[in-house]
Amino acid sequence: MNTEAIGMNVSKADSTLVTRKPVSRLGSVIFGGVSTSFAVLALALLAGIIVALTVAAWPAIQAFGPGFLTSPDWNPPAEKFGALIPVYGTLVSSIIALVIAVPVSFGIALFLTELSPLWLRRPLGTAIELLAAVPSIVFGMWGLLVFAPIFGQYIQPLLRATLGELPLVGALFSGPSLGIGLLCAGVILAVMIIPYIASVMRDVFEVTPAMLKESAYGLGCTTWEVMWRVVLPYTKNGVIGGVMLGLGRALGETMAVTFVIGNTNFLNSASLFAPGNSITSALANEFAEAEPGLHTASLMELGLILFVITLIVLILSKLLLLRLSANEGR
Amino acid sequence: MQQAIHPNQGVISGPAQIAFRNFNFYYGQFLALKNINFEIEKQKVTAFIGPSGCGKSTLLRTINRMYDLYPNQRAEGEILLNSQNLLDPKVDVTTLRARVGMVFQKPTPFPMSIFDNIAFGVSLHENLSRAELEERVEWALVKAALWGEVKDKLNQSGMSLSGGQQQRLCIARGIAVKPEVLLLDEPTSALDPISTSRIEELVIELKNDFTIVIVTHNMQQAARISDYTAYMYLGELVEYGVTDEIFLRPKKKETEDYITGRFG
Repeated sequence: MNTEAIGMNVSKADSTLVTRKPVSRLGSVIFGGVSTSFAVLALALLAGIIVALTVAAWPAIQAFGPGFLTSPDWNPPAEKFGALIPVYGTLVSSIIALVIAVPVSFGIALFLTELSPLWLRRPLGTAIELLAAVPSIVFGMWGLLVFAPIFGQYIQPLLRATLGELPLVGALFSGPSLGIGLLCAGVILAVMIIPYIASVMRDVFEVTPAMLKESAYGLGCTTWEVMWRVVLPYTKNGVIGGVMLGLGRALGETMAVTFVIGNTNFLNSASLFAPGNSITSALANEFAEAEPGLHTASLMELGLILFVITLIVLILSKLLLLRLSANEGR
Repeated sequence: MQQAIHPNQGVISGPAQIAFRNFNFYYGQFLALKNINFEIEKQKVTAFIGPSGCGKSTLLRTINRMYDLYPNQRAEGEILLNSQNLLDPKVDVTTLRARVGMVFQKPTPFPMSIFDNIAFGVSLHENLSRAELEERVEWALVKAALWGEVKDKLNQSGMSLSGGQQQRLCIARGIAVKPEVLLLDEPTSALDPISTSRIEELVIELKNDFTIVIVTHNMQQAARISDYTAYMYLGELVEYGVTDEIFLRPKKKETEDYITGRFG
């Protein structure tokens, strides 16, 4: 019965009797062309933005030269502009955010993947993702009206009495407790980027093969040793990607920072308690009333500088990955 | 009386390394291993065979309490390792796992250099000087028959090796901590025939130093390398005995059906 059926199929499927329809490559050609044009479009957009920013910033670049980066003056009536304070504010608030957010996110991801009871995993993971959906202006308002007063009244005095007494780092935690300022902006940024970094870390930890983890446990590793020595190196690309995503967000965040950073262009101490300014909040505050000419061009140049900072961060992260691969002997 | 109820006792002819006593294992409510009673002889190779899902891997993974990682898995009864009950909650699992090493179905090199892959486990449990550590790594790699192939590239990534080399690296990693028992969970199922035969030779070599328990789907493999064989089916230990006896003169019909390929 079976063999008969097979025999019949073979005779029917005899290739000399089959008329095949001609192969059409049109769909494939169109698909390929469209995909390529989309990819080229992304490049063209990038180039276009760089060119547009550079052209718009050109008067300022000509007027101030490289001194723009090192000058702390920002005086629109006198047409004196320098980027030092906003660049410093952007970098410092983002670094503070990373210093706080990376370990906290690692802890969250470790808890969610290894320690949490099963019933808690999903609600807690969702809650953390929801935190990413809170609009940044809400963080800004909460930061200004709720967090900053508490921060100034209780946490800053505590920091000054503890970390402020240490040599070297002490200067960072000195001066009056205003609440708002660079440190406050950094903390708010940390809260905002934790959901991003934590969910990326959790996702990459979850896709680590169970067998790899079991091998490490099988050698007598504790959960900490498994995570720190095996899972983290195994997932380093994803983890660094998540951290870069968070850093990108912190560098570019505007509203929340504008609310809590203080928006002042004076900086006369190393203290993180001091108010400052960031590139994005300078742009947000001043663009509407900027005079055409040097003021607008200087703001454009600030935008260009932010672009370059982001680029440098990306390059550094690639270099870091190369170093890490070299360390593990690849 | 005990003897009559548990005919698997008295199978082995030398000292016992591991003994299962009235052992049951549950996945949630499901009873996956039913009243297991037998003994594993010191410095011999013991193979667990049986069709997929019979519980042989589950049984293997109880010996280093790997199931502890999963909250809904639970064991009852006793597993004696050198007459100490390793299911006792007072037993520290990290120390236990240093005494009972494990190698998995697929090679799982850690994302670090070949040297560190082996040194890592050792330095978890012992404080060795750099020179002692190097000596130990060499010792393990020689034992695992890998030293000649990797001695000039100890700083390269463990992942740069071929599949068979990676599996020998995992064996080296397991024996470097000087365990008493080595558990092999289908160690050759992802390897080509040449790598497989090298691992098999290695297993026979290693039983001079370690007690080896191997789970395998490959009955010829069990016949070639093991001294004792346990045939399992549906969570029960159907027959346990000297490998030659099991393969040449099985006492039970089910065992015979399985090894002659009429089933499974």
